[in-house]
Amino acid sequence: MKIIKTGIAGTLESSDVMITVRSNSGKGIKINLQSTVKKQFGKQIIKVTNNLLKELSVEDALIQINDIGALDCTIEARLAAALYRGAEQSEYDWEKI
Amino acid sequence: MTENKLGRIIPEKISHIGDLLPFDGAYAHTPLVKKEKGNRRLPKLNKLVDSIEKVIVETNLKNGMTISFHHHFRNGDKVLPMVMNVIAEMGIRDLTIAASSLTEAHQCLVDHIKTGVVKRLITSGIRGELAEEISNGLTDIPVVIHSHGGRARCIETGQIKIDVAFLGVPSSDVYGNANGYTGKSACGSLGYAMVDAAFAEKVVLITDNIVEYPNIPFSIHQDQVDFIVIVDSIGDPEGITTGATRITNNPKDLLLAQLVSEVVVNSGYFENGFSIQTGSGGASVATIRFLRKYMEDRNIKASWALGGISGPMVKLHEDGFIGKLLDVQSFDSEAIRSIGENRYHLEIDASYYANPLNKGCAVNKLNIVILSALEIDTNFNVNVITGSDGIIRGASGGHSDTAIGSGLSIIVAPLIRGRTATVTDSVKTIITPGSTIDVLVTERGIAVNPRREEIKEKLKQSGLPVYSIEELKLKAEKIVGKSEPIIFKDRIVGLVEYRDGTIIDVIKQVSN
Repeated sequence: MKIIKTGIAGTLESSDVMITVRSNSGKGIKINLQSTVKKQFGKQIIKVTNNLLKELSVEDALIQINDIGALDCTIEARLAAALYRGAEQSEYDWEKI
Repeated sequence: MTENKLGRIIPEKISHIGDLLPFDGAYAHTPLVKKEKGNRRLPKLNKLVDSIEKVIVETNLKNGMTISFHHHFRNGDKVLPMVMNVIAEMGIRDLTIAASSLTEAHQCLVDHIKTGVVKRLITSGIRGELAEEISNGLTDIPVVIHSHGGRARCIETGQIKIDVAFLGVPSSDVYGNANGYTGKSACGSLGYAMVDAAFAEKVVLITDNIVEYPNIPFSIHQDQVDFIVIVDSIGDPEGITTGATRITNNPKDLLLAQLVSEVVVNSGYFENGFSIQTGSGGASVATIRFLRKYMEDRNIKASWALGGISGPMVKLHEDGFIGKLLDVQSFDSEAIRSIGENRYHLEIDASYYANPLNKGCAVNKLNIVILSALEIDTNFNVNVITGSDGIIRGASGGHSDTAIGSGLSIIVAPLIRGRTATVTDSVKTIITPGSTIDVLVTERGIAVNPRREEIKEKLKQSGLPVYSIEELKLKAEKIVGKSEPIIFKDRIVGLVEYRDGTIIDVIKQVSN
């Protein structure tokens, strides 16, 4: 999946996460994480993010995560939505997401 | 034999009575009486001092002394910032602040600690930036956290010796009779301040509302008061209360409240003449409404309620469902109105409320208490002071006092908040020992302390979802995942005093 524009998904409500993805052609993945539970769940959030990026074959992207204590399933859903929007894809691979 | 001032011959000594002091004139030994009795041109006798600065000079406040404040104005308090600014300008340093609690309104203390004006804090709670800074090691000396009852004990036994109490009062006359019911900064009960007024070496009242003498009823009285200062404003009404307490619409809170009320009704404690205390949180307040339904249906009335009084409790009192209200702190505008109007809505001081060492405090007579928790562990120990990130963000309050005093102590808390599990293996900071907690109510199930097998049976029989606390912990963990432990440094930034004065836990500096 190739990110060609800015894609945003999610909100800043409690238990949600807002994820913004931007293109980063040829420069790999860069994740910037802000979270109200960074100390407790920071590593887990990064792990979930990387797993989904791999799953969707995203190789280059700037990813900004503003987490307000979202569960893993929420993070995955928001990230997938942001990536599909950033890639301008509306054909969803339901097997993967 | 000596001749006294009026020429009468007085013996120097009488056996079995002792030395006698001869009369030395009507003014000699009572410095506070009017020296020029009957002089109509003198200003009326009063204790007014022109400014905060002048009163600080009058009280002889010196470096290293202990001063106190109350927190009845909650987030709207202007008294502590006002007084501390003047103290700082006057160059007084190394003070200990013994406040009944510290709120969002007291963030100025960060600067006063940094500049050396304040050396130590003793308080029930700390919030906001101040709490964060303290968790990051702001003070050289650890903060001491005590319960409301524990503070009253400290002050009465002299463990805390207050040199000067600066007490904001919503109304006072010129001689120091003060109450919290009237005036633009009305806050209701002055229960915490009453202890300071009774035991501080010097008592300064600060008010924005001088009324005609004698100001009746009075909570703080003239025989306790040294000085009075009039200022423009002692509090921001918006911060003193949030107006009338509304019943929450939050479905999770309503579910919790429904479960709590069913626990109360089926616990064996729900009988005519019971007594109850609830907190001011959404679920607690909603519980009162659900309980009312059961009281109506089963024709059961409460004899009294304690606390922390809020509007919904007042409503039950005024509608005849609760006989009497004992009020150490009035939470909202309805409670403030009621304590001024209702004969059986009575103001009590913090010692009467919860001092474990006096001859009988109100919490000892309490049947049911409903309390909150930031965390509770599988041994039922409760944390209400440090957040999931290890940073101080709460208050001890009356938690440990009412937990042990009551017959049935119920903790109500959502099983998870955001991504934070409430039930854990071990709470970060123990405020209330698990041996004094009976039931935990979460939206996903109820756990009963194994100590109270009979209550567990009753709740099970009534069909309530009862689990072991370990099961609840696993339920939470399954949803949020396993969190990484918070890393603390070795340095102690806070001591948590149990109500009896022993140290129940320490708070360590967070590691960034």
